[in-house]
Amino acid sequence: MSGKKIVVAGVTKSFASNQGMLPVIEEVSFGVDDGEFVAIVGPSGCGKSTLMNIVAGFERPDRGSVKVDGSERIGPSPKGIVISQYGSVFPWLTVQQNLMFGLNGEGHGDKAALADHYAAMVGLKGFEAAYPHELSGGMLKRVELARAFVVKPEILYMDEPFSALDALMNLRMRTELLRILDEERHTVLLITHDVEEAVYMANRILVLSPRPTKIQATFEVTLPHPRRLSSPEAQGLREAILKELGV
Amino acid sequence: MSAAARARLGKIVLPMIVILLVIAIWWIVVVRTESAIFPTPWQVVAGALELARDGTLWEHIGASLFRVGTGFGLALVVAIPLGLWMGWVGGVYRTLNPIFQMLRPISPIAWIPLAILWFGVGDVSPIFLIFISSVFPMIVQTTSGVHTIERRYLRAAANFGVSRSVLFRRVVIPAVLPEIIVGMRIGIGVAWLVVVAAEMIALRSGLGYLIMDSRNAGNRYDLVIASMIIIGVIGLLLDGITRLLERLKTVRWRYVR
Repeated sequence: MSGKKIVVAGVTKSFASNQGMLPVIEEVSFGVDDGEFVAIVGPSGCGKSTLMNIVAGFERPDRGSVKVDGSERIGPSPKGIVISQYGSVFPWLTVQQNLMFGLNGEGHGDKAALADHYAAMVGLKGFEAAYPHELSGGMLKRVELARAFVVKPEILYMDEPFSALDALMNLRMRTELLRILDEERHTVLLITHDVEEAVYMANRILVLSPRPTKIQATFEVTLPHPRRLSSPEAQGLREAILKELGV
Repeated sequence: MSAAARARLGKIVLPMIVILLVIAIWWIVVVRTESAIFPTPWQVVAGALELARDGTLWEHIGASLFRVGTGFGLALVVAIPLGLWMGWVGGVYRTLNPIFQMLRPISPIAWIPLAILWFGVGDVSPIFLIFISSVFPMIVQTTSGVHTIERRYLRAAANFGVSRSVLFRRVVIPAVLPEIIVGMRIGIGVAWLVVVAAEMIALRSGLGYLIMDSRNAGNRYDLVIASMIIIGVIGLLLDGITRLLERLKTVRWRYVR
């Protein structure tokens, strides 16, 4: 297990509710290799986001541990940036200022040039001076991705990143993300309820059970990119995962 | 009729018609009742011009604006840091909020006797009253602005590992700025109400004093009404100037969508 980028061991979490303690996550353990793209799919309300919050350092587990690069994860860190469903692009900063937000230490060189480089990479060239309210939902998602890429995080934590977008934009963003990951090589942990999204992008898919959630099944995805979701292999995989989910 | 023409009709023409109608009714009623004391609109204009020509009008306006500017400025300097502090630190909020909530509903006019006792009848009393009247709404608005910052923005800042000073300058203050501007609009409105009231009682200059003096010195109701209209117009301008802040690029997000 020493070569793993992320090691999640025996993570358990409960929340206090009116009926006493409500167990949400039960003994979840898995590892993610450096540069691997792991997707976690599960029914809604199963505790996927709680698991993500624990792995990214925003919540503490009741039991178990999360190690990143061999050392215990204590709080959030710019080494792993979270991309969430609702987005967190600052509406009071321009696109360029948003992209430069994470670059506040020394040693980044020309911050504006770096920001502009990533703006161009995600297709935001010409919008550097725009404010977020002047952009569409798809553009905002690009700003959020670029803002993460600028700080060169080793890990991307994506919590239903594209589910607030319309279907067409959702498909387009998947392809864009894979194109960028090809250049930048990050470790990605994706949480989603969209099985096709997982099949299209991930190297490995973990299927979670209903609450209290644990890992119910694991699927390796060896299909080469670019994948065609209509291929028999992809369809077979999709059906196997849906069967695990009881659909 | 084009859409633009219809918009202009709604925004300018109709309100103008209402104002003209009020003036017309006023004029007709005064002429019909042959009132000896109540002036016609024209007498009010003539009175205002007379004051403007001998310069006293400008002195009174200047005196009132100076008091509002000073009292409001001091309130702003106190309210914004205090409001941010109260919003950010739970313990400070729990400690200070009850006393502010208790002081807030006391009309600034109720402070006039104390103001005279402490500061006499000079400029300091009305400045104190304006400070008292505008500081609380601005504190409350700033505090609630901090409380309503969306968590996803604070989380993103924590994720990028920014320093406390960057967090404050780049996230907290810009997020609260629209609420601060709302507080400023409330504050300047109350301040302008209070300065006129304070000047009616304690002072020898200002628009409030002008109203009382005009009545006492020979029932010059033309000047009373002229002062009232000027007070209304200046109040409108002060609000308009504060509203210009809403056009700042960094706060536009709050007013679109």
